[in-house]
Amino acid sequence: MTPKRKQRLYIVLSIVIGAAVAVGLVMYALSQNINLFYSPADIAAGKAPVETRIRAGGMVVEGSVKRDPQSLRVEFGLTDYVSTVNVVYDGILPDLFREGQGIVAQGELNDAGQLMAVEVLAKHDENYMPPEVAEALEKAGKMPEQLRAKEAYAE
Amino acid sequence: MIPEFGQYALILSLCLSFLLAFIPLVGAETNNPLWMSYARPLAIAKFLFLFIALLCLGYAFVADDFSVAYVASNSNTALPIYYKISAIWGGHEGSLLLWIVILGGWTVAVAVRSDNLPPAIVSRVLAVMGMVGVGFLLFIILTSNPFDRHLPVFPQEGGDLNPLLQDIGLIIHPPLLYMGYVGFSVAFAFAVAALLSGQLDAAWARWSRPWTNIAWAFLTLGIGLGSWWAYYELGWGGWWFWDPVENASFMPWLIGTALVHSLAVTEKRGVFKSWTVLLAIFAFSLSLLGTFLVRSGVLTSVHAFASDPARGYFILVLLAISVGGSLVLYAWKAAHVKSESSFSLVSRETLLLINNILLVIATMTVLLGTIYPLIVDALGWGKISVGPPYFNALFIPLVLLMAGFMGIGIMARWRQTKLETLLGQLWKPAVLSIVAGVVAQWQYAGEFNFQVVGIMVLVFWLAFTGLQDMYKRASAKSGMWKGMRSFSRSYVGMMLAHVGVAVTIVGALMVSIYNEERDLRMAPGDRITFAQYEFIFDGARKVQGPNYRADQGVIRILEDGEPYTQLLPEKRLYAARGNVMTEAAIDPGFTRDLYVALGEPLEGGAWAVRVQYKPFVRWLWLGGLLMAFGGILAAMDKRYSRQAKRELARRQAA
Repeated sequence: MTPKRKQRLYIVLSIVIGAAVAVGLVMYALSQNINLFYSPADIAAGKAPVETRIRAGGMVVEGSVKRDPQSLRVEFGLTDYVSTVNVVYDGILPDLFREGQGIVAQGELNDAGQLMAVEVLAKHDENYMPPEVAEALEKAGKMPEQLRAKEAYAE
Repeated sequence: MIPEFGQYALILSLCLSFLLAFIPLVGAETNNPLWMSYARPLAIAKFLFLFIALLCLGYAFVADDFSVAYVASNSNTALPIYYKISAIWGGHEGSLLLWIVILGGWTVAVAVRSDNLPPAIVSRVLAVMGMVGVGFLLFIILTSNPFDRHLPVFPQEGGDLNPLLQDIGLIIHPPLLYMGYVGFSVAFAFAVAALLSGQLDAAWARWSRPWTNIAWAFLTLGIGLGSWWAYYELGWGGWWFWDPVENASFMPWLIGTALVHSLAVTEKRGVFKSWTVLLAIFAFSLSLLGTFLVRSGVLTSVHAFASDPARGYFILVLLAISVGGSLVLYAWKAAHVKSESSFSLVSRETLLLINNILLVIATMTVLLGTIYPLIVDALGWGKISVGPPYFNALFIPLVLLMAGFMGIGIMARWRQTKLETLLGQLWKPAVLSIVAGVVAQWQYAGEFNFQVVGIMVLVFWLAFTGLQDMYKRASAKSGMWKGMRSFSRSYVGMMLAHVGVAVTIVGALMVSIYNEERDLRMAPGDRITFAQYEFIFDGARKVQGPNYRADQGVIRILEDGEPYTQLLPEKRLYAARGNVMTEAAIDPGFTRDLYVALGEPLEGGAWAVRVQYKPFVRWLWLGGLLMAFGGILAAMDKRYSRQAKRELARRQAA
């Protein structure tokens, strides 16, 4: 090989190796940071992993929100009208968090089957239901009629 | 009546767009000067009618015409006048109209500022922009008409603008962002025109470079403003969330940054020609993808106000046609392009190539993280989300790598630089930045955080290599001051933009590492101490705004025990839709912000309160401003107008 070709070979080789390393790192990072979504029914059926970051969505059970009087700790039930999961959260709830509202909580399940949330998401529109929640409710066959009407109105 | 005029104006501009997409192009292909000469008047007329449509919609908002469905759902009689005007782009239909008006604006700008270009090129460029206009006008007229009436029974009162959008940041954020997004259509049109004409020389790079710089600067401003808005308006003091909608604007920015650099190489050295064309196509494609992601409602995000599958499919088809079409054209025409010169391994070309590769990799990782959940969902594999750790883990190392190469790139010369010369110049700033990085960290924190030191060294590296290069260039002239005055605008612009990167990195680093944040329950009289500041909660009172009621918390702040200031965060209830919103209160400063926000009311007059101490957070946006200013300065370089005069003279002589 001429020196010039040799130089080109090195360049091509380093690009290939670099690309392979990059792809490998990307795939690793992706696999480490995917948060799967589970409905309360999935969680009750034991389909969700324990002590792994997951997302869970559903409606906040009416009358279930319990506040600790000394801190920001709050507990509430999250339901898809099939099963209910108990969520524990320590922090400020979003403005649109209300009982009977669809929300998504992100966190880890503990051994007692409670979801220790690190983040609670509610949408910036009171007529809106997170699509995952809507689908979970539809799947459970428990989409409340007035909510379906609301959805139609929102469109 | 007025809304019907608007509708009529929209349809007229669609017809004009059709003509613009067709006549000049045929003229250019058949070398017919008369047909080509239609390009400019058509572009101007199209913009005129679009502007009339925008005015009509504006009138409907100001006059509270709730028979127009879009007005009824985005405005309210109690809304202050400036929000009524900004409500024009507060929803899907109107922001799409704004998109199209801005596209028309860019088209006119190209039409009037292109006297120096050959008529065939101008015709093709304007025709391509006309085609894009046709696509989007069809989209708005068929699926998202802002002038749709709500007849015969229309509401007496509007549904109000989303309170999050009732803010100065959101008055100007969409127009700026769209100026950037749509501005890339100019680079795209030039690239496609160059492909169509088969003349892929350095000339098209020279013509499209200032346009690209300006579009990039606007996009930078738009993204910066969006981040600033999220910081103070979403209420929780975050400044970047890797939210899919943020990514949607960030991806075109990353590719646009690569394009700005690649255009420089193509213009100056006549290499990377087909690569630059490809980047121009990608930059605009990612702008379209961004529009698709935001407007189709496929995302679960705060921005997905509108969701309608028909709209999503329409944009997807538009995307497929424009990306597919231009790539086919590229494959067909760009295969035989030869470089006009060569360069050796150690040269500015190579370093800019590295810059391009890193930026493209960064774009790909962001793209993957953004659309992976959509793909998984579409294939029915479940619902997932990709969290910020993914983006941080990949993006931060890439940025740091880029920063390292940036310093070398400034010093390297075109074509060839001797490795020894380069190393000889680089060791001084290298040593200095290591010392400065260590000292700065010690001074600020009194501790030794390896991560922070490493990144600060890179920041100083950017600063010192820049300074050394400026010094070297200036001292080449007879006097230092004279030398500095002789710097071209594009050189100063480049330096400013690079300093902007360093400043933004400082902001991101400091606020990520030294941010102090506490969510706590505060009863009246409770206090909390951060650094030298003491926050005292004095309870909350009721206040009345123009279209909302609010609980206003009163927080006194002491600095070193002395009274310093008082912050008044609010929790607002907007009556029209019953929306609750958090309005944070901020005491801004050059090296730190104090930030307080109210959570929810608790028993006994206590509130959930978030208190934050955010060091150097302003630097994030200051860096963005510097980058944008640098981009505009570079676009105003005198050589472009000199060049334009020369080209004009040559054409007139011929």
